[in-house]
Amino acid sequence: MKKTEPKILSKNLLKSPTGIQGFDEITGGGLPTGRPTLVCGGAGCGKTLFGMEFLVRGATQFKEPGVFMSFEETNEELTKNVASLGFDLEDLIRNKKIALDHVHVERSEIEETGEYDLEGLFVRLNYAIDSIGAKRVVLDTIESLFAGLPNQLILRAELRRLFRWLKEKGVTTIITGERGEETLTRQGLEEYVSDCVIMLDHRVNAQTSTRRLRVVKYRGSMHGTNEYPFLIDEAGFSVLPVTSLGLKHIVSNKRISSGITALDAMLEGKGYYRGSTVLVSGTAGVGKTSIAAHFAEAACKRGERVLYFCFEESPNQLMRNMRSIGIKLETWVKKGLLQFQATRPTFYGLEMHLAVTHKIVSVFKPDIVILDPINTFVVGDKDLEVNTMLMRIVDFLKANQITALFTSLTSSQGSLESSDARISSLIDTWLLLRDIELYGERNRGMYVLKSRGMANSSEIREFILTDHGVELREVYIGARGVLTGSARMAQEALEKAEVLSGRQDIELKKRDIERKRKVLEAQIIALQADFESEESEALKTIETRQDALKRLGQDNINMAESRKADNENINISNPKK
Amino acid sequence: MKLKKENSVKRNRKEKPGTEPDEKWVLRLYVAGQTPKAITAFTNLKKICEEQLDGKYSIEVIDLLINPQLGGEDQIFALPTLVRKLPVPVRKIIGDLSDTERVLVGLNLLPER
Repeated sequence: MKKTEPKILSKNLLKSPTGIQGFDEITGGGLPTGRPTLVCGGAGCGKTLFGMEFLVRGATQFKEPGVFMSFEETNEELTKNVASLGFDLEDLIRNKKIALDHVHVERSEIEETGEYDLEGLFVRLNYAIDSIGAKRVVLDTIESLFAGLPNQLILRAELRRLFRWLKEKGVTTIITGERGEETLTRQGLEEYVSDCVIMLDHRVNAQTSTRRLRVVKYRGSMHGTNEYPFLIDEAGFSVLPVTSLGLKHIVSNKRISSGITALDAMLEGKGYYRGSTVLVSGTAGVGKTSIAAHFAEAACKRGERVLYFCFEESPNQLMRNMRSIGIKLETWVKKGLLQFQATRPTFYGLEMHLAVTHKIVSVFKPDIVILDPINTFVVGDKDLEVNTMLMRIVDFLKANQITALFTSLTSSQGSLESSDARISSLIDTWLLLRDIELYGERNRGMYVLKSRGMANSSEIREFILTDHGVELREVYIGARGVLTGSARMAQEALEKAEVLSGRQDIELKKRDIERKRKVLEAQIIALQADFESEESEALKTIETRQDALKRLGQDNINMAESRKADNENINISNPKK
Repeated sequence: MKLKKENSVKRNRKEKPGTEPDEKWVLRLYVAGQTPKAITAFTNLKKICEEQLDGKYSIEVIDLLINPQLGGEDQIFALPTLVRKLPVPVRKIIGDLSDTERVLVGLNLLPER
């Protein structure tokens, strides 16, 4: 008890890391040190494993030996069960890092006669703790006592004493409890253990099971309150810390090629942003996987690592199919740069997929992750959950600067855009593939629906799969709509003819105008000539008239002189003065 | 605190004809220190044995405070616990043995009602 006092007095609650992947993140460091924690849940939800991993990791990673007191499984069973997780209990026991104690409670062997207490349990526990200097204790599942001992009054009083005693002892304890109908545990253990309660859940939805973990209560500490999916596999427990992610990831300005030159050209000639999320959606058979394969190949050529989740095809089938368009993925698989991960979406629940993705990505450390296709997750009415899962995946990948490419199969009914609208907000670059059916022919068209942070082309391109990969062609866009394939060719020929005839027209017009101009010019010249002759005639007439007037004036003067008229009159009548 | 005298094996080898001839009873009483309950249990046990087994028995008192490692062997969790090692099958009786009838039932000395 004295040992723990300074710990309790310190400002922050001391925590014992569990070493369980993700769990320490959501609890901000682990379980409360020196206090009991209740782990409850239904049958088969992983309570025992949780406890065992807490002990094993404590012993191996944090130098804290632990005691496992089992009320259900024998030591041998327990050792065998956890061996599948790679825990060598026998070795740990030999090295005095872990002590197992199996408490066998059998109702039929027990007769109650009068007063008793559970001191025997205390003694055994105390002995086990002291024998290895344990700092951690797991009691799994103490509720078995309720089945074995009829006198509940004694039992409850003793349990209360036990938990108090454990606290005084300063050991970090996990007590497991079976989930009850309306209470957290069948026997109301939460009444005694009030510092930290963790609920494990194992539920089946649409025939797939999902394990979830929730921190119901953590006295004196902040903790994530969500339900976190978790996974039990050959490496033990892993909990998915989703809230630790957010919109705080670093963004990159680097660009990476999509593997298709023409597509790069549509994206400012540089391709996708590194760490962005790309969605390729389209109807069946439009070449979504081909785009993904191109991207994968280009990345591998750059020496990057690619993780390819295929949910529809087997890796071999996919590689064979891609060979037909000239992409040899097997080379990169051999080099270890490309890893396929093929599972049916229905194989396990969404959270499980998420957890698996999380795990594999953490192990493989890829630069690029491809999920092909994502919409197969949508089984029944699970849109919201799928969306949440994808958001988590996107956040996780972004936080790790991993470029993600998702493909999505959209139904041909209705608008192509709307079917993926829900996940649109998660997507940075969205390529839409659509088949264009015209004149008895089906062709593929592609366009960039959106691409954040770049001036992408808004054109629809015709998408052609050739034996050397994907090619993009300009499509005919005109008054008659978008034409592809032979219709495009026909239209192009038609246009050529139209152009030719147009040119002829122009020639004709030009000549016509030339001719008209010449006529006009001739007319102008003629008019000018007319005018000039008229003008000269008119000038002549004017001259004649003026002469006549002059002469008349002179005559008047002459006449006046001859008549000897007054000077005054002469002056007035003289027009020249 | 310690119940030293009871920690030693007590044997009573008076060869009296018993209820089940040629059968020797091996009994173990687990306690933790000289608690009132432990003392009551021991007194009650002695009395019952004397009355019912007529000397053909041995009682071993184990104090878990002294030998805690012995608690696991007989799967002891409640105290005091009386374990009938012989004759087989092993039976366990918990409590201070104040309910004589239940002790007899537990030890299989009485046909169950």
